[in-house]
Amino acid sequence: MLAAIASLTVLGAVLGLGLGVAARKFAIDGDPLADEIAALMPGSNCGQCGMAGCAIAAKAIAEGTATATVCPPGGKALAASIAAKLGISVDLDEIADNGPMMAYVKEEICIGCCKCNKVCPTDAMIGAAKQIHGVIREACTGCGLCVERCPTEAAQMQPVPITLQHWVWPKPASVTTPAST
Amino acid sequence: MSDYFFLLIATALVNNVVLVKFLGLCPFMGVSKRIDSALGMGMATTFVIVLAASICWNIEHWLLTPLGLGYLRIITFILVIAAVVQFTEMVIHKMAPALYQTLGIYLPLIATNCAVLGLVLINNQEKHSFVTALVYDFGSAAGFTLALVMFAGMRERLALARVPEVFSGAPIGFILASLMSLAFMGFSGLNFK
Repeated sequence: MLAAIASLTVLGAVLGLGLGVAARKFAIDGDPLADEIAALMPGSNCGQCGMAGCAIAAKAIAEGTATATVCPPGGKALAASIAAKLGISVDLDEIADNGPMMAYVKEEICIGCCKCNKVCPTDAMIGAAKQIHGVIREACTGCGLCVERCPTEAAQMQPVPITLQHWVWPKPASVTTPAST
Repeated sequence: MSDYFFLLIATALVNNVVLVKFLGLCPFMGVSKRIDSALGMGMATTFVIVLAASICWNIEHWLLTPLGLGYLRIITFILVIAAVVQFTEMVIHKMAPALYQTLGIYLPLIATNCAVLGLVLINNQEKHSFVTALVYDFGSAAGFTLALVMFAGMRERLALARVPEVFSGAPIGFILASLMSLAFMGFSGLNFK
């Protein structure tokens, strides 16, 4: 028994050490710019940009094969921060930005099929089979995958609602401009 | 010396690991769309198989058998194979980034390729000596590469052929694989070993 535990432990340690040394020796200098852009992105890998994930989209942006405005969930804020990072200017008006969006479920037509919580990348959709589903607002990134998947169109997008728990003082800049109150 | 040559022929053709023993079918179907990626996969798998076999033989011979730990064989071999695959992934990522992109998810999946574990276990079952084990596994891996590249070549042709709609895609691939398997059955008449 002791021999078995000891031999497996030693084997695991030796292999782990070997892999650690190999990882140092064969370290890849990843594109640091792509890593920085990937850190800015939502990270939910929703695929709305048409690429396989946020890291790949970040790589494409860094290489210049994708524009800074490629990420729909990121909206204007993300496009502006990526443009600042790359030192380029982007036309922010071309992004249809309706403010931060999140999913909600129309309770009266939700059939409780559980399809939405299978596609949700952040597990924001809750609810058991044949029970009305709901959305956890802290988890929802507004990627819109559930809207496409929902067979009854019960899952919809809406601007993030302001509740008592989430109300904040308006920022000073938006108070001074008379257009937005 | 000629023994080893015959062993090489026997493992690569007569007892082809994919088409006769039916081991390692996942990459056989998965990475056989293009010849160059099939060749890369075959070489990566060959590297993994030979390295894993030599390490596992030594572990079996110097550690497991003397201590009577035969029941730890599979978990130990899986540990070694997983580590070797990780190492291979690092090497390929460093040396051939294009191949790394092409192989994608199938590269870490070499760890679950049953041909790797199967060959290591067969080595042990047949009580091969060290050199025999290496030749046996290299021959099998070469047979795997051969089958994969041949299959990929035919699938490249198949992409241009007019296949009936119900057979297009994976079904015609499976039919092709079964025909290749039948063809390789013909080698069993060679009867080297």
